[in-house]
Amino acid sequence: MDYITINNKNVPITGEEKNLLEVIKKVGIEIPTFCYHSELSVYGACRMCLVEDDKGNLMTACSTKPRPGMKINTHSAKVIKIRKTIIELLLANYHQDCTTCGKSGHCKLQSLANSLGVDKIRFKPRKEYEELDRSSLAIVRNPNKCILCGDCVRMCSEVQGIGALGFVHRGPKVSVAPALEKNIADVECVNCGQCVAVCPTGAIIVNDNTQDVWEALNNPEKVVIAQIAPAVRVSIGEEFGVPEGENSLYKSVAALKLMGFDKVFDTAFTADLTVVEETYEFLERLEKGERLPQFTSCCPGWVTYAEKNCPDLLPNLSSCKSPQQMFGSLAKKYYAKELGITPDKLVVVSIMPCTAKKFEAKREEFKTNGEYDVDFVLTTVELARMIKEMGINFNELEPESLDMPFGFFTGAGVIFASSGGVAEAALRLAAEKITGTTFDAIDFYDVRGLKGIKEAAITIGETTVKVAVVSGLGNAQKIIEKVRKNEVQYDLIEVMACPGGCVGGGGQPVPNDMETRKKRAEAIYKIDATMPLKKSQDNPAIVEIYRKWLDQPNSEKAHHALHTNYIHRKRISGMEISDETTENIKKLEVSICVGTNCYLKGSYDLMQKLIALAEEKNMTELLEFKGTFCMENCAHGPSVKIGIDNHKYGVQKDEAEVFFNDVIIPKIKSLNKTTSV
Amino acid sequence: MNKTLTFNELQKECSKIIKNEKIRINICAGLGCVAKGSLELYDEFKKVLKEKNLDTSIDVLLKEEKKEGVNTIKTGCIGICEAGPVILITPGDILYLHVQNKHVREIIDKTILNNELVEEILPKNYDGAVCKNIKEVPFYAKQEKIVLRNCGQIDPTDIRDYIAHNGYTALYKSLFELSPEEVINIMIDSKLRGRGGGGFPTGLKWKFAAAEKDSKKYVVINADEGDPGAFMDRSVLEGDPHSVIEGAAIAAYAIGANEGYIYVRAEYPLAVERLQLAIQQAEKYNILGENIFGSNFSFHLKIKEGAGAFVCGEETALLASIEGFRGMPKPKPPFPAQKGLWGHPTIINNVETMACVAPIINNGADWFKKFGTPESPGTKTFALSGKLKNTGLVEIPFGVTLRELVFDIGGGIKDDGKFKAVQIGGPSGGCLTEEHLDMPIDYDSIKKAGAIVGSGGLVVLDDKTCMVETARFFMSFTQAESCGKCVPCREGTNRMLEILNRIVSGEGTLEDIDLLEEIGFVVKEGSLCGLGKTAPNPVLSTLKYFKEEYLAHIEEKTCPARQCKKLEYYYIDPDKCKGCTICAKQCPSRAIFGIPKEPFFISQERCVKCGICITVCPFGAIELK
Repeated sequence: MDYITINNKNVPITGEEKNLLEVIKKVGIEIPTFCYHSELSVYGACRMCLVEDDKGNLMTACSTKPRPGMKINTHSAKVIKIRKTIIELLLANYHQDCTTCGKSGHCKLQSLANSLGVDKIRFKPRKEYEELDRSSLAIVRNPNKCILCGDCVRMCSEVQGIGALGFVHRGPKVSVAPALEKNIADVECVNCGQCVAVCPTGAIIVNDNTQDVWEALNNPEKVVIAQIAPAVRVSIGEEFGVPEGENSLYKSVAALKLMGFDKVFDTAFTADLTVVEETYEFLERLEKGERLPQFTSCCPGWVTYAEKNCPDLLPNLSSCKSPQQMFGSLAKKYYAKELGITPDKLVVVSIMPCTAKKFEAKREEFKTNGEYDVDFVLTTVELARMIKEMGINFNELEPESLDMPFGFFTGAGVIFASSGGVAEAALRLAAEKITGTTFDAIDFYDVRGLKGIKEAAITIGETTVKVAVVSGLGNAQKIIEKVRKNEVQYDLIEVMACPGGCVGGGGQPVPNDMETRKKRAEAIYKIDATMPLKKSQDNPAIVEIYRKWLDQPNSEKAHHALHTNYIHRKRISGMEISDETTENIKKLEVSICVGTNCYLKGSYDLMQKLIALAEEKNMTELLEFKGTFCMENCAHGPSVKIGIDNHKYGVQKDEAEVFFNDVIIPKIKSLNKTTSV
Repeated sequence: MNKTLTFNELQKECSKIIKNEKIRINICAGLGCVAKGSLELYDEFKKVLKEKNLDTSIDVLLKEEKKEGVNTIKTGCIGICEAGPVILITPGDILYLHVQNKHVREIIDKTILNNELVEEILPKNYDGAVCKNIKEVPFYAKQEKIVLRNCGQIDPTDIRDYIAHNGYTALYKSLFELSPEEVINIMIDSKLRGRGGGGFPTGLKWKFAAAEKDSKKYVVINADEGDPGAFMDRSVLEGDPHSVIEGAAIAAYAIGANEGYIYVRAEYPLAVERLQLAIQQAEKYNILGENIFGSNFSFHLKIKEGAGAFVCGEETALLASIEGFRGMPKPKPPFPAQKGLWGHPTIINNVETMACVAPIINNGADWFKKFGTPESPGTKTFALSGKLKNTGLVEIPFGVTLRELVFDIGGGIKDDGKFKAVQIGGPSGGCLTEEHLDMPIDYDSIKKAGAIVGSGGLVVLDDKTCMVETARFFMSFTQAESCGKCVPCREGTNRMLEILNRIVSGEGTLEDIDLLEEIGFVVKEGSLCGLGKTAPNPVLSTLKYFKEEYLAHIEEKTCPARQCKKLEYYYIDPDKCKGCTICAKQCPSRAIFGIPKEPFFISQERCVKCGICITVCPFGAIELK
């Protein structure tokens, strides 16, 4: 066995370790990092994980492969000095309004500053603060809190394959921004919130809607109902110190009731409904052999992605609304009536693991009588914050049960929370429909697990259904390319935008890494395993809903309430390209070379003379003077260029006036000919 | 026809240029001389020679022998930019400086036709005696030209002229007489060290890349010369592009690559143009492309223009830029030799390094080691600038002392000023002072003194230069050019600049010096790439050698070199002032007060330091302090 020495302690290495960080972890030491994530490429930018070897060389533990015999000191004087200074430098340039920040308590910079004992900042605070990007319904970008670790940039491009964020500018002006420095809502972003999941500070946070919900709850004229998504029950506890994966559904119901919600329902119920609608739709397509493969449509991040990137495949998307929107639609169209109120008196609040749901809820097509079907979407973290705000002692709560009729669900509805769940739930129904027999329990293990791309060929009777399950939009892109090239033949493709599915949604508590997601997914399947009913078609409340409101699956009524359609959306929208012809006055740019040679030949004086002439003739409005670097026309200098014309004039300083009258003025006139002032 | 014969034939054909040529006039068409009118000078020479029926050209020489013909060519930089336009006449190596069109007829009548010299434009040595040929000129006497062997003596736009001057023989020799291992061994044996700044042994780099098993490998030439005031690579590319291409082809053969990129700044349009032409011509003669000289070795070279980010000179950032990404460095290892361009083994050598390859292969490692010092063999080009009498492009063997470089080659300080320091290695380098004047210039000695050889920028500073301001200038450059990826470089350089700005404005405190040293340490030790690791050097080395200047700015609020405008003030000597009121009337900010016929005084609060008062005072009563 090979060893390396960490702080004088021998640690065995297998050769499998990706980097020194993993080995150091074995000794029980957590080296601080901002820019290292095991799912993302090694970046090496934050320099927090620098360690020192016995020769005094410094190396970043994230990017260094362990070599047998290495002697590593993780906390040498040099290393500590650097780490502390880095935090100090970051803080100096940081908008330090920690106490009022949405990330307070979960911020890595805050906790490292604390644990490394950074107690003073010897630099001036930054003078100017940039405006926040609040354009998105899902997320808020605060450039003043960005430490440029690049985690969001790499997450968005490497895992999600989108690249909505990138680095711009150089030196102290570097920042993370969308294409062309537009607002995030105007670019390729699909609102998946995976950037939020990796951001170590408050630079990208979820758009907070808690205030809206408080207002609704305090409005006596409103009936406020909640729906809790499947993934929330296994993660909300993390915010209160409950271990990952414990089912906190019924404590959450109790909390919501304490907060003043009139009814608390379960999105797993409409997930069951989705299963029925989507599977009937699928079986019909399968029979006719059209619009296959069918893509699932319950993930709003994926739907937006498809609308922006795959117009050719939109007919293949299931026309079913997502469980959230099915719930909203039923609530506003039918449940309100049942309560004897108009839809505008009913407030539907979703508790979701997801940031894209905030965007989905505000799609224009999801309205009833001009009211949004879902009024507000809270993420898991936002709900936890409201619970804390109320002073509710979550762990001490007595569990309470859900309300009916939307509180009854099966295992199939719950497993929607994990990647593979939707496909499995659909197969549980399809199997019975195809064979015409009833099964006790059918589990499809091939589609479970956190692997980004899963494939299964499932033989049901004489039919073989080929299924692909992908999570993470980067993986979706890979499968789509294969589908387009006819390299693969699938009948059903489940796509979840977030790696691992909804358990890893952008609105989930941090840490939201793959390890945590794995535990949450395991808990979801554990709930499924203990459910008495595991198939959506067995849900008596669903049967009742069809009987009462919707006739039968895929009926006209069901289509009206539960289905939607898609449109091709532009990836980059928003700002128009500025139309220069609309400006009344066009400025003529006069560039004067102030490179060494021209400078020596008096180009600076020439510029001063030209500026003076412009002032004298009252033409400063029409001209813009610029000093430039060498125009490589040194022999004929001082060199002058006018407008976009590439011609270089050689102008001696005593020729300034002649040049101004004979060349510049006619150019100004011709430039402003069409829009003469 | 056998392809191998083709090169021999080509060589034979091109050698006619030299055989048939009686006289060549090399007219420097480097940037400095062009700025001073050398292109017009060329036209004038051609016109007069044609008039006299003396004109010839490479095309003519290749066809027939024209005994009285004079071959006038536009060359790359001849070196002594200060004295341009410069021409060099061979045979005889007669160098004329400050040549104007009016001299053309005289030169032709006297020098070309009658073997007489035009004394007026001959260079002079420091004793005032004229130098009859280039070797007598002090500027050139101590130089040794390996990299610049052809620069200023051949036509960079004609591959045939390069071949006539022994060009591509080293490539031919490598392909047909040496195995790749032998080529690498010669390079290792020569101890050539990378000229881009790092000084890593070139042969070893090649060996590492050669050892990698991959069907795809790349050779990349780093021509992203970004140091302020550096123009060595530019001069080589403009003056002898084929020497770089030949080196790259040999490197490709040695490591088993058949594709290469030359990453050159878009701000060097002439270099790009010359390279494009050179590559086209080399392809035409099957010196680049498939199956070179029928050897089964193929090598394709492409140009990638860089958009001007200084950090792209760092090799991993450069590779990212070629791949089409933002130029940001990546952690090493993996080194490019293992995982470089698009994940394949890649060697990256600087222009000057590549230009050294062919002579080493042709003459052997022992020959190369005759130049320079045992640990730093060979020569190094420097772009001399600053307060020197002779600025320009030089190539010296390692081991020459700084004194020789500054005083013998550079001619000493301009305007009889006093030598203070040299800033070597650009914004990544440090300063060397009087105490280092007799230190030999080589990688290790300079490193020991706290600077680096760097790529070859060398700025000479005199006693009128403020060292704090110099450090501040370089820091403002690096902080603006930091790619912003790693925290120490991005934030640290910015804060160092903030402190330096404070100090030169007279607002510094003693704690600032400690803080500068402390952040300097963090930036130097903690940064990701070479840019950050070297960025504090100008500050740290000036702090080491010129701390008293920093202290003067902080404690006495004065700039000893009188350079920091914010620290100077105007003062009216009451003994000299007659109270004439002229200065008060002229003062644009009404900062001068007094009772007529009595001494006036200046309100420092109102003064904008325009200096008008000094120029208008008829009694010389106003001083700048």
